[in-house]
Amino acid sequence: MDKQADYGTPASRVTDQQVTLEIDGRQITVAAGTSIMHAAVEAGISIPKLCATDSLEAFGSCRLCLVEVEGRRGYPASCTTPVDNGLKVHTQSPKLADIRRGVMELYISDHPLDCLTCSANGDCELQDMAGAVGLREVRYGYDGSNHLDAEKDVSNPYFQFDASKCIVCSRCVRACEETQGTFALTISGRGFDSKVAAGNFDNFLESECVSCGACVTACPTATLMEKSVIDHGQPEHSVITTCAYCGVGCSFRAEMKGEQVIRMVPDKNGGANHGHSCVKGRFAWGYATHKDRITTPMIRKSIQDPWQEVSWEEAISYAASELKRIQAKHGRNSIGAITSSRCTNEETYLVQKLVRAAFGNNNVDTCARVCHSPTGYGLKQTLGESAGTQTFDSVMQSDVIMVIGANPTDGHPVFGSQMKRRLRQGAKLIIADPRAIDLVSGPHVKADYHLKLRPGTNVALITAMAHVVVTEGLVDEAFVRSRCEWDSFEYWSEFVAQPEHSPEAMQEATGVSAADVRAAARLFATGGNAAIYYGLGVTEHSQGSTMVMGIANLAMATGNIGREGVGVNPLRGQNNVQGSCDMGSFPHEFPGYRHVSDDATRALFENAWGRPLDNEPGLRIPNMLDFAIDGSFKALYCEGEDIAQSDPNTQHVTHALSSMECVIVQDLFLNETAMYAHVFLPGCSFLEKSGTFTNAERRISPVRRVMTPKNGYEDWQVTAMLSEALGYPMPYQHASEILDEIARLTPTFHGVSAQRLEELGSIQWPCNEEHPTGTPIMHVDEFVRGKGRFMVTEYVPTSEKVNSKYPLILTTGRILSHYNVGAQTRRTENVAWHPEDRVEIHPHDAEDRGIADGDWVGITSRAGNTVQRAQISERVQPGVIYTTFHHPESGANVITTDNSDWATNCPEFKVTAVEVTRVTQLSEWQRNYQEFSDEQIALAQQRDEARVE
Amino acid sequence: MNIEHLVKMANQIGDFFRSYPDQEQAKQDIASHLTRFWAPQMRQQILDHIAQTTDTGLQPLVLNAIREHVHIKNAAQPT
Repeated sequence: MDKQADYGTPASRVTDQQVTLEIDGRQITVAAGTSIMHAAVEAGISIPKLCATDSLEAFGSCRLCLVEVEGRRGYPASCTTPVDNGLKVHTQSPKLADIRRGVMELYISDHPLDCLTCSANGDCELQDMAGAVGLREVRYGYDGSNHLDAEKDVSNPYFQFDASKCIVCSRCVRACEETQGTFALTISGRGFDSKVAAGNFDNFLESECVSCGACVTACPTATLMEKSVIDHGQPEHSVITTCAYCGVGCSFRAEMKGEQVIRMVPDKNGGANHGHSCVKGRFAWGYATHKDRITTPMIRKSIQDPWQEVSWEEAISYAASELKRIQAKHGRNSIGAITSSRCTNEETYLVQKLVRAAFGNNNVDTCARVCHSPTGYGLKQTLGESAGTQTFDSVMQSDVIMVIGANPTDGHPVFGSQMKRRLRQGAKLIIADPRAIDLVSGPHVKADYHLKLRPGTNVALITAMAHVVVTEGLVDEAFVRSRCEWDSFEYWSEFVAQPEHSPEAMQEATGVSAADVRAAARLFATGGNAAIYYGLGVTEHSQGSTMVMGIANLAMATGNIGREGVGVNPLRGQNNVQGSCDMGSFPHEFPGYRHVSDDATRALFENAWGRPLDNEPGLRIPNMLDFAIDGSFKALYCEGEDIAQSDPNTQHVTHALSSMECVIVQDLFLNETAMYAHVFLPGCSFLEKSGTFTNAERRISPVRRVMTPKNGYEDWQVTAMLSEALGYPMPYQHASEILDEIARLTPTFHGVSAQRLEELGSIQWPCNEEHPTGTPIMHVDEFVRGKGRFMVTEYVPTSEKVNSKYPLILTTGRILSHYNVGAQTRRTENVAWHPEDRVEIHPHDAEDRGIADGDWVGITSRAGNTVQRAQISERVQPGVIYTTFHHPESGANVITTDNSDWATNCPEFKVTAVEVTRVTQLSEWQRNYQEFSDEQIALAQQRDEARVE
Repeated sequence: MNIEHLVKMANQIGDFFRSYPDQEQAKQDIASHLTRFWAPQMRQQILDHIAQTTDTGLQPLVLNAIREHVHIKNAAQPT
């Protein structure tokens, strides 16, 4: 298996000076600041090393990489010595060989000599170095004091720490610090007693370790080793693909043995992750082969019936006949589809094509409806394009970072690590969040301002910040005059300058001191490159779209857009939120964000697809559900989404699903929505299919099939089969042909193809004739819409108000170890960190209600009631409680309401008025849920039993 | 759909556009938003509601925007 080259030290950050030197007689020119070790590798010369690896800064501890430099005394370490013009370096000499053998002798004298049975056999740098230096004997013998009996720590579910094999090179400790930024590992003791320790904790699992795997990747021996490698041996080939978890879109090498994944290793060439990973992408891929996978299609007449396993032909034929029957009886608009941000671009594109061309309506929506639809609307209105403006790497040029309603270290961990790296270099940090996320105060990271606002008051806060910028003369007028619509700026600035929008006037609403708001606004406007990163804490509000526009206003007013280090950066929750939106899966627009009423665009697609297309917007997800309850929406094709768990007001959702005559679910598992389904079409995981994902920085990355689909078909093929059964053939031979069609029909994708992705690795759209290699930073010389448009952002308090009956505000979020509804991560060892959802409550609120940590508490809102265990925490402010929604039985969305964003219907997940009380039993909903869930599992098991018989 | 829900959604749209000084433009923007993002059956429902009810629950700006500018276009007729 090809190994990725290791240059030993990172590339130089100097880009404008070159240095020429000679190494072993070979002349080489490299960037100033490059280490001799790195330059040698560039020249094709390998210098022995153990403590060096190119993902970490040089450390100079192992003394194996010593070299001779003509005219210099001694033997400098090549990892810590920078190149210089005219240097003559020798990497091999008898003296160097002696030194290196001596070093290796010491290492090996305290190392188990079990190479043949060692899990790292074939992938061990210590073994390689012993060979490289010609080690033939260990003069010290093996009987002296040693660490060979050191205990193994196997507490982490995914990797073990075998201290007997540790050479204390500190690569793991440095990876934890430099790469991940958690500082969970340390070297304890001195001299011979030095050892790697998980802080002051007994083992890795109990420690602050976030299981990102950086230490495992960095370890040169078998000390930190994946348990999957220990179990199965070394992989024999690898395939580069893209992670199917969050919107960071990390590139991974799927290291394989035949069709078995042995491990997922972050790809050093990954444009989004540069060789880093998190616990989900690195380790939590076992769900793909979990026993709960359903791989055979199933149908049933009613949700009270047992499932029947059928052939693909029968399932597709039944689904198509039901869709036709329902349309014939209830009309063309009585059916629709939901696609998911977990699907590839190609799959999402096909679902919307199916709906528009084969269903003959525009009733298609995506789960981005319930997360980032306000981003699409707000950024389109102000900047002209429904996408983030930067690369992730741009953060390394930021001087001020403002994080609003996002929790990057949990939700987007790899980018969170990059952001922490920049913060450790000195960038300032402003956090606007009702809750104290990890970034507020962590190892070597501390927010300069934590604007701990009340949930639901984002717009009041951003308008107050704008007030400070405008009234204190901090506007970048030159930028605004040249780049923005001056009329819109004038009206906006007049609006925000009104006294009622001052921080002093707004502080009663926001709960944030005017002084802090003023100071934060001044810092943002005057602190250099200022960038805004935001998440669902911005969008999932009744004024989500208004807040997105408020963010764009602030960026434009301060000139913080159109170059490195600045910009408006939506952190997308799921892996392909950006892509699913790009692909036209909203009911009002075709791929490329073109409205269905636009005659020229519609003609383009009508010509390409050979069908007349509807010129009116279709139903959005909440509208579909409402019309289902009304009786006019009767059938749903739902691919890769679990609305019965992820969408608000669960009882409303399940009522709607129960009201439909045909629910077709395409998924890996019998998820919550599938319990209301009549047709189950087995889906496949990202490991089993080809296509592309587009991450939060508009980066289109290839998804490559590494194993045969366990269900027999890639997901796009299932959609194509359904379409053909409906009389609209989709004769694609490969996912790349779908991408070609997308590129043909979408101006921002004209230059994208499978071939181009092979050449470039990944591409940030727009990629077309004008930008043949893509567009890392948007709006550089002008905005996509020409001039940037300021929008007035009047604060309108949510109608979801607290009162004496519901005095607390519930806000929801996610946790590092789980992903969205948890369907994938709950089927991995990640449950070790988060076996259940808990509700965080402030000590004051808990004390008022007699609640102790771990107590069962009932959470009641206007929508419903559920019960979770309490976690007493000062992370939340008094009056606010917080929970996650990763476990269906915890019913977080039983409580959330169907209040939504005014522009997009994105649900207001972040503000629900509730009361919390101590209870002794589960809620009525939970008891009913358990009963229904048990029944459904039994109906599925009856299918299993029938198959066995 | 529940008409109260539709009325609430329409009024939310009005809440955003009411801040604009040109109220005629605000009405057009409200109507444009409804036309571009609401399915025709939702618009029809609110038009029917206005036709059949005196106390619509709609803000005056929204009511006038719908009365003056919201229509159900002749949709294309795909098979």
